[in-house]
Amino acid sequence: MQKKIYLDNAASTKVDERVLKEMLPYFNKVYGNASSLHQWGQDARAAVDLAREKVAKFLNCSPEEVIFTSGATESDNFAVLGVILASNKEKKHIISSPIEHHAVEETLKFWKEKGLLDSYSLVSVDKYGIVSPKDVEKAITPDTILVSIMYANNEVGTIEPISEISKIAKKYNIIFHTDATQAAGYLDCNIEKLGIDLLSLSGHKIYGPKGIGALYIRKGTCINRIQIGGSHEFEMRAGTENVPGIIGLGKALELVMEGRKERNEKITKLRDKLISGASIKIKNSHLSGHPKKRLPNNANFAFENVEGESIVMSLDLEGIASSTGSACTSKSLKPSHVLLAMGISAELAHGSLRFTLSKDTTERDIDRVLKVLPKIITRLRKMAPTKLNSKH
Amino acid sequence: MPIYNDIIMEHFKNPRNLGSISDADGIGEAGNPVCGDLMKMYIKVDRKGNKEYISDIKFETLGCGAAIAVSSMTTEMAKGKTLDEVMKITRDDVADTLDGLPPEKMHCSNLASDALHKAIEDYHSKANKD
Repeated sequence: MQKKIYLDNAASTKVDERVLKEMLPYFNKVYGNASSLHQWGQDARAAVDLAREKVAKFLNCSPEEVIFTSGATESDNFAVLGVILASNKEKKHIISSPIEHHAVEETLKFWKEKGLLDSYSLVSVDKYGIVSPKDVEKAITPDTILVSIMYANNEVGTIEPISEISKIAKKYNIIFHTDATQAAGYLDCNIEKLGIDLLSLSGHKIYGPKGIGALYIRKGTCINRIQIGGSHEFEMRAGTENVPGIIGLGKALELVMEGRKERNEKITKLRDKLISGASIKIKNSHLSGHPKKRLPNNANFAFENVEGESIVMSLDLEGIASSTGSACTSKSLKPSHVLLAMGISAELAHGSLRFTLSKDTTERDIDRVLKVLPKIITRLRKMAPTKLNSKH
Repeated sequence: MPIYNDIIMEHFKNPRNLGSISDADGIGEAGNPVCGDLMKMYIKVDRKGNKEYISDIKFETLGCGAAIAVSSMTTEMAKGKTLDEVMKITRDDVADTLDGLPPEKMHCSNLASDALHKAIEDYHSKANKD
């Protein structure tokens, strides 16, 4: 049987064996509640503290600034709603971009509809999906309480100039949040260098487990908790700690820091081979996102006159995992809001296909994709009605 | 439950009656590429006694897996049937024969019967001109 090739690592990654090994004892050996006074609880507490230190080391912050959550969606909700609730401004305005994850975009929409947020501005992006810091500055009003711009985009992998944007936010004394879910596995997340006040992380995008994430909160940031109950997580996030998840997140981030440069170079090389190979072998194909300022593992194409989902299904039948748009939107029929914001036509956006590589991707994997993909595109294009208005 | 059942996957993998008919008696189109789905049906019409029936049918589809499976199944359901019978085939009939479509695909991708009905209308309008 052919080797299965998983190239949907922006959706989720395989848990690293070393991460899994560290987590396992915390399911059935050290299973106490980390808030309990007895030995079982205190052992769990010690492990949570250690994991928090690992996350703090990754971010270059103090452990008290790390709040564990259930994942990046909760962290994003926490950042947005927490800042809204804590602000004493009469009118509240937030600046974001049209290519954010739904966890930010839908949250802004929701709280505006509910009346907690007065308004928000989505600054436009260029054709590569890059936010201009100048546009952010122009969008600032006396009511602006938060700027939220992602570190790297989940669909097209474009890396945003967040250290420049954070400087602007700082100049106007506005809180700056970034969703670093996709960036964390590849880019420097030193919060001092980047000038960040709030940062969202997720475990399962970096070879860690699902259901765990974190929100970095700079000391002194004006933010309220949004989950109420016990006094867990420095009274910022109630709920019994997900001890195995926390251990897993800590270990995953520790591993991310080991040999990151070499790993990134290896993945970038394979990604570039995939991009150039597909572009040469498949006519009327376009790379979405920036050619250089993109995550090492992301290749996102738009193919003319073919529909993305049928490519994904055909690749799946060949044992290759890919995605169209983002996994979160694959049940919706609308073309990707990210591609549309970048000025790509709805017609072309329907033909989008994303491959996201991992540390385990091999050259043979890429060779196989380059052998199979052109045939699939040719077959599907042959099925399509011939007389189409192709205006791209 | 998987998004697509075995019948849909089978039609996606091995679409029936794929292609076009150069001397078609009727051609119908439904959907548009902005929505992501576009279907085209080609029919040949013959007479058996006083009844007109579909003697040959082909389809071309740009779209998702459901759109391709729906098109393929629709041609199978229509082939050999009288025009009156074919005009009665609804989107729901096609979905039922496929043993169910994901709810979000019911309307957008389930356009093949519309294209087929338009092909028959096209045939009638051509026949009336003769």
